[in-house]
Amino acid sequence: MAEEQEDILEQVTTSEYKYGFVTAIEADEAPKGLTEDTVRFISAKKNEPEWLLEYRLKSYRQWLKMEEPQWPNVTYPKIDFQDIIYYSAPKQKISPKSLDEIDPELRKTFEKLGISLDEQKRISGVAVDAVMDSISVATTFKEELSKVGVIFCSMSEAVQEHPELVKKYLGSVVPATDNYFSALNAAVFSDGSFCYIPKGVRCPMELSTYFRINAANTGQFERTLIVAEEGSYVSYLEGCTAPQRDENQLHAAVVELVAMEKAEIKYSTVQNWYPGDKEGKGGIYNFVTKRGICAGDHAKISWTQVETGSSVTWKYPSVILKGDYSIGEFYSVAVTNNFQQADTGTKMVHLGKNTRSRIVSKGISAGKSQNSYRGLVSVSKNADNARNFSQCDSMLLGDKCGAHTFPYIEVKNNSAVVEHEATTSKIGEDQIFYCNQRGMDTETAVALIINGFAKEVMNQLPMEFAVEAQKLLAISLEGSVG
Amino acid sequence: MLKIDNLQARIEEKEILKGINLEIKPGEVHAIMGPNGSGKSTLASVLAGREDYEVTGGSVDFLGKDLLEMAPEDRAKEGLFLAFQYPVEIPGVSTTNFIKTAVNEKRKYQGLEPLDAAQFLKTMKEKMQLVQINQSLLSRSLNEGFSGGEKKRNEIFQMAMLEPKLGILDETDSGLDIDALRIVANGVNQLRSKDNAFLVVTHYQRLLDYIVPDFVHVLYNGKIVRSGTKELALELEEKGYDFIKAELEATTA
Repeated sequence: MAEEQEDILEQVTTSEYKYGFVTAIEADEAPKGLTEDTVRFISAKKNEPEWLLEYRLKSYRQWLKMEEPQWPNVTYPKIDFQDIIYYSAPKQKISPKSLDEIDPELRKTFEKLGISLDEQKRISGVAVDAVMDSISVATTFKEELSKVGVIFCSMSEAVQEHPELVKKYLGSVVPATDNYFSALNAAVFSDGSFCYIPKGVRCPMELSTYFRINAANTGQFERTLIVAEEGSYVSYLEGCTAPQRDENQLHAAVVELVAMEKAEIKYSTVQNWYPGDKEGKGGIYNFVTKRGICAGDHAKISWTQVETGSSVTWKYPSVILKGDYSIGEFYSVAVTNNFQQADTGTKMVHLGKNTRSRIVSKGISAGKSQNSYRGLVSVSKNADNARNFSQCDSMLLGDKCGAHTFPYIEVKNNSAVVEHEATTSKIGEDQIFYCNQRGMDTETAVALIINGFAKEVMNQLPMEFAVEAQKLLAISLEGSVG
Repeated sequence: MLKIDNLQARIEEKEILKGINLEIKPGEVHAIMGPNGSGKSTLASVLAGREDYEVTGGSVDFLGKDLLEMAPEDRAKEGLFLAFQYPVEIPGVSTTNFIKTAVNEKRKYQGLEPLDAAQFLKTMKEKMQLVQINQSLLSRSLNEGFSGGEKKRNEIFQMAMLEPKLGILDETDSGLDIDALRIVANGVNQLRSKDNAFLVVTHYQRLLDYIVPDFVHVLYNGKIVRSGTKELALELEEKGYDFIKAELEATTA
């Protein structure tokens, strides 16, 4: 039996990453390394206003004084920040005025990834912003959205077209000084998505950004900002993939969400960066700062993430519950296999009265991977009647992987009710045999059991992506138990 | 349909089956009885392909194929079904979804298209009646929080959905009250046909009042020591297993 398990565990690791191709396309790149000149280069490339250059430079100088965090439960070789290209843009013959003018190679890349940039072909009515390396390639359904006043465009475009909004909100939720990687991002961020939902508007379609790292030795530093005005609603989804390379590549993004009174933002991530090969070679370092603020009363922010990729993940999508009666939610499935390491969780910061938060985290570890949940629930002195419920479940496949839970609870108000539940389980041989006896092979059985384990989180995903995410879970863990 | 020839099996170093011979033909119901530890459940598990047991000798022919060479899932897809003594729980997976996956895996193996939602629901509704199981139970996570009776009814329901050629019932009567027993037995009886067969493993004669077997075999110490018709079950019920032990000791002495 043990041997059999070994065999099947071996098989998991052989399941191939199917997004590992590289597009042969000319790129416009910054020279390797990071200095003030690099920052100026990026800002100039984007034709940015003076205030933004200043913001970048200030962030860069801050970053120089900061230390890389050592507290996450992950190990990786020291990153040489001078060995990274900070700006790489696919060279297009002309800057596209309409979707028809996009370089066919680029178009093909996104088609391969299953993302059509042709609006008429999109059946599900999802607006897409496609970001390759450092710049946004295309944004679909822009006009249709603008009819209801929704702004959905690349960050670079927002800087040019809506500078007042960008200036007001950029860095308002995640200050440049927040942490080492947010400071780095503030200095060198290249592109990302910008969404603005005006007062009382329910965004008529899912908004989605698709991130792709293509060029070698490049870091991706995207910046996403979503502002939902009073009484508005938006559901946003991001997906990410990268080519298969032997070197590690850095991805350090910042995402900021602002929800005003009675506004709701639902943010879903399907993260499938290249995880490295089965020996742990290569893969993306995914060091991301995501935070939302419920700025007004009765606001709601909900994070849902399905994390299957990256060699090292360091990520805590958080909610600051400032408005009274505001709600924060975090639903997460994190899968690690082979030599992947994930240290992920959330922070729920209760400031307003009668605020509520809910955390559901499902960690699945296989191979020789390490999977940690790290979460903070903090209730400030004035946050009367705050409620939190946290549920952290871990599942282990095999006996060479690890699951860890680091919950932090800081309560300064006696009326708070904070609940934390945690479980750790292994897929049972009995469960597998039962499925086998009903005619399912072991891979089908594992996929079924894992999807059952993760169901509460998967149910939170928009319908269009739930099926894809389910398949992704199955692929990431193909046959991992005997 | 099934021909077991001198089957021997052990778990770790312990010999449990010491040469079983048994032949089952289509349309027949065979009962295997025996005291605790005689090897009844081991026989069921070995036939289904549980890997904890090592087959050390003998052969099993199932519908002209070497059963022991087949993976457990292929045995299932060839038409062998085991109703478990202790059905497992699978959190987050509804019984409906589970059964649908199982049914469609089997159809794929047979080269058939998967059932669409409407067809599947129709079949399910029919089969639910057999064991008086209701829709709400089937939408819940598989066996999670089910009572003993509900678990066993669910096993028979799955058997009805998968329409096996050979159904093996491993102590399906254990932990059932008389009403549940009747429902389960009634379900099995409705599934009986001239084309399929059943192997009913039980400790007590009680179940055999409802599922009337064509043949009864007594398993003792890893071997079938007596075979007969349903009267044998009644005799065992009356005299207890001790009389078999006594008889055996008398002959070996």
